[in-house]
Amino acid sequence: MLYIKCPHCGWRSQNEFSYGGDATVKRPKLGKEVTDQEWDDFVYNRKSLRGKHWELWQHLSGCRQWIKVERDTATHEIFKTLKASEEIS
Amino acid sequence: MTQSFRLENVGLINRNKKLSFKFNGKVYYGYEGDTLASALIANGVHLVGRSFKYHRPRGFFGAGVDEPYAIVQLYRNGETEPNIKATEQELFEGLEATSVNCWPSVNFDIGAINNFLKIFLPAGFYYKTFMWPKSFWFKVYEPFIRKAAGLGVASTKHDKERYEHKYEYCDLLITGSGPSGLASAYAAAKNGARVILAEDKSRFGGTLLTSEVNIGNQSGKEWAESLISELKEMPNVTVKNRSQVFGYYDHNMLVMSERISDHLPKTKKFHPKQRLWYIRAKEVLISSGSIERPIVFGNNDTPGVMLSSAAKEYLKVYGVLVGKNPLIFTNNDSGYETAIEFQKNGVNPIILDTRKDPKSEIVDEAKNLGINIKFSYVVVAAQGYKKVKSADIAKISEDKEQLGAIENIKCDCICVSGFWTPTIHLASQSGNKTKFKEDIDAFVPGTSKQNETTLGAANGTYTLEETLKNSFEAGYKLSKEITKNDNKISFPNVIEKKSTVHDKFWCVPLPKGKNYKRFLDFQNDVAVSDIEIALKEGYRSIEHVKRYTTLGMATDQGKTSNLNGLQLVSKIENKVVPAVGHTTFRPPYTPVSIGAIVGREVGKHSKPTRKSPMHSWHEKNNAVFVDAGVWLRPRYYKQGNESLFEGSKREAKNVRTNVGVCDVTTLGKIDIKGPDAAELLNRVYTNAWLKLPVGKARYGVMLREDGIVMDDGTTTRISENHYHMTTTTAQAANVLSHLEYYLQLVWPELNVNVVSTTEQWAGAAIAGPKSRELLQKLFPKSDVSNEGLPFMGYMEGDLFGVKARIFRISFSGELAYEVNVESDNGYFMWEKIMEVGQEFKIQPYGTEALSTLRIEMGHVAGSELDGRTIPYDNSLEGLLSKKKDFIGKRSLNRKAFTAEDRQKVVGVVPLDKKTSIPEGSHLVKDSNAPLPNPKLGYISASCWSVEYDNPFSLAIVKDGKNMIGKKLFVMSPLKNKVIPVEIVSSHYVDPKGERVRS
Ligand SMILES: [Zn+2]
Repeated sequence: MLYIKCPHCGWRSQNEFSYGGDATVKRPKLGKEVTDQEWDDFVYNRKSLRGKHWELWQHLSGCRQWIKVERDTATHEIFKTLKASEEIS
Repeated sequence: MTQSFRLENVGLINRNKKLSFKFNGKVYYGYEGDTLASALIANGVHLVGRSFKYHRPRGFFGAGVDEPYAIVQLYRNGETEPNIKATEQELFEGLEATSVNCWPSVNFDIGAINNFLKIFLPAGFYYKTFMWPKSFWFKVYEPFIRKAAGLGVASTKHDKERYEHKYEYCDLLITGSGPSGLASAYAAAKNGARVILAEDKSRFGGTLLTSEVNIGNQSGKEWAESLISELKEMPNVTVKNRSQVFGYYDHNMLVMSERISDHLPKTKKFHPKQRLWYIRAKEVLISSGSIERPIVFGNNDTPGVMLSSAAKEYLKVYGVLVGKNPLIFTNNDSGYETAIEFQKNGVNPIILDTRKDPKSEIVDEAKNLGINIKFSYVVVAAQGYKKVKSADIAKISEDKEQLGAIENIKCDCICVSGFWTPTIHLASQSGNKTKFKEDIDAFVPGTSKQNETTLGAANGTYTLEETLKNSFEAGYKLSKEITKNDNKISFPNVIEKKSTVHDKFWCVPLPKGKNYKRFLDFQNDVAVSDIEIALKEGYRSIEHVKRYTTLGMATDQGKTSNLNGLQLVSKIENKVVPAVGHTTFRPPYTPVSIGAIVGREVGKHSKPTRKSPMHSWHEKNNAVFVDAGVWLRPRYYKQGNESLFEGSKREAKNVRTNVGVCDVTTLGKIDIKGPDAAELLNRVYTNAWLKLPVGKARYGVMLREDGIVMDDGTTTRISENHYHMTTTTAQAANVLSHLEYYLQLVWPELNVNVVSTTEQWAGAAIAGPKSRELLQKLFPKSDVSNEGLPFMGYMEGDLFGVKARIFRISFSGELAYEVNVESDNGYFMWEKIMEVGQEFKIQPYGTEALSTLRIEMGHVAGSELDGRTIPYDNSLEGLLSKKKDFIGKRSLNRKAFTAEDRQKVVGVVPLDKKTSIPEGSHLVKDSNAPLPNPKLGYISASCWSVEYDNPFSLAIVKDGKNMIGKKLFVMSPLKNKVIPVEIVSSHYVDPKGERVRS
């Protein structure tokens, strides 16, 4: 079970969180014309990569904040966590 | 029967407490502190079971967790448990156990015929033998395997024992209380660290209980006892025996199984049987020691052949002789320690040492005691069927290839020592890349991946002094990093006998003309010849060899067999052992009971139960409840002997003719506040929200980004910047997360707050033609006329002194209202509604009637909004705004979603107006068409229409818009039904929706 440092609450076990997918995906602006390819890339297409991956988690049974977590998908090592408002660097 | 193999005055058992127990129906006696194994051996019982494949007689091989043979079926307090290791099961008064793998009895076993047919049961025999012909599988092979094989029988009864889970955090978790575990725990504890020390066995001390050493002028055992009692008194230390740390997971999370009551005849009241600990440790010190490995020789599975360390443990801990005429077969000094213990207790052993001329203190001591030692000697084969009677021995050449003349010597046990294998399971599970250590012929932990350190024998350190030194140092250093304390304790003086190097010999060659089975894996009957066959057949990867031959599988997971298996593969393949590599170590290290894994989350406790504030009223009024997610909701209120069908029909009819009341507390409720609340709703819902006036409600549908309908519900504008959203019961939690996602990540510029208020409000839906009259009486001060409170209107009211919210919304399709009060007033509200409603013939209605009402009105709900349908499919396309963008809108112009013959919701009526249509049935054009019969759609919901008194269903059908009036067939192969039906409009009752506005 992963041990995740919520930027708001501190260290908490994985069972307090729920997974939210790739954190680097940006939703196209509302009302903006987008091509099918752009839309598919937003809704469906994911890299499913092995290695370092920025992903979203929600601290569901805690502060309910969505957070960004940089995790290695193979080793499960967590390098960094950010608040929703913080930009991935 | 007397305990004729029990020594007097030796061992740690409590001789003041004699215990009786039964094995295979026969009564025996042992002492408190015995294991089932030690007590049986004390009584001279060495035949405990039959092997898995060949049904060869099985005795005891070890004295603990590594035991491959002595698996029994245990009976305790009216329950039975399979796969219990006799070497781990502590004796209690009245214990009963039976052998497994034997039928009809352990002494006469029909399966043993396999032993004579073993030529037909080579490696991969499951794959080969039982493959063909296919028709034989169910009739012949499976019953045969089930009868003759398997390890024990699982109970089919409900387990009435209690199992608990516990979460714990610590600075240092130390696994094993042998010399290294004790030393590191003590050093860390003295330095202020929070320590958990876990010992698998009932006694602390590990090898200190059986070795002849001196630490700080105390015997090893005394030293261990003094440290443990001091540790137990320290507030920062948790000391646990009977606790096996069996799994090392991510981020230093370890799981430990504590056997709290298994050693007692009966679990004490309010105590759990076992407890599973989830431990998050900052640092883990693995001091799990090492397991002695066997030397491979002919018939080495005969009862009476066992590990020399086990023989020593039986003697020193339990005061039990495993034989009175022992033969020690060793390639290192450890065998001598066992021999010396025998000799000291008046039993004369013979030592066969594969080495030519070893020189060490221990060997000298054995010589001085006058023990008969034969150097450069090996056991070629054990003789005897159910117990060792003698051994064929021979001199072996220096190159270990040639055997001398075979001699036969009498003996009643053969104690084997093939040196030591570090127990690296936990380290390996943690992701540690293990490395092969040449000088001990075994793998040891290499580079740590997580915060773990392996110490002592588990790390291949086999001298006490070095072990203690490293462990004191590690405990001190790691605790210092965590606590910043600097309290170092002094290192005690250690006296131990020095030993010399072991002989890398591990397998005795077959003598000419002999074809003895030489076993590698004792639990699965994997012999040298099986591995040879597997390799001959082309298996190369050690993982494949394992699965093909079953080497290292089953309950012992090859604790005694893995390394010898690797030695053999490396020898045949002409590779070094590290090039062969070992199979992956996976949790659990030892079998863990399912009960412990499940914990208390069984039956009703498998999930929380949520009840509305009116629950007790429903109970008092004969409600039959149904699970709605985690909620319990009344399905119908039973009158007399009424069935569900009759009751729900009565309730629904009463709504259509008079008035009914339904508990709708479970609906999800979200409070939305902020200047941008309307903008948020406008983006989340598919329809327009910016112009909704205060005091008005609106129905809305929300989509996922992929265009699929996520949820629906009404949202009411309470005041300028304050909205009350309702969601379906099932989606309440998801919708809240969904809103939070967009507010926090996508549109943080929106100034809105959302919070769940599901539990803050109790809700009652009042529906039926007389609902307004009732409402007026409930709220005499309010104007609830059609003008005062129009359809989709909202107002606040005073319900006999209680503040209430009144919404004019309808799920039933009738004139209807929903009244919300604060949860604490829910019961009061409900009673008032029932009391005042009396004159209008009010009846409460449950979820079944609720479904009937919405289905015949054609209102889509969870069975249509099932995560696979878009708005069009549900005839909700009228709610899609063309003027604005919203979540999921861009997906709706996907090709499949705009297809001319896109599926759509329709109504379905059986032609005979009598036959109920099973939900989930398929719609087809021709019921006699050959398979696969093209499916046009499926029945999503069915009811008995109370309006028309005939069955009615909703279905999602391809090209639904052009299907109205068509005649099709409903097919339910599951219920074996074919029903001719007509497709009608989904709005079966009041298609114009006049009633809700009346
Ligand atoms: Zn948090």
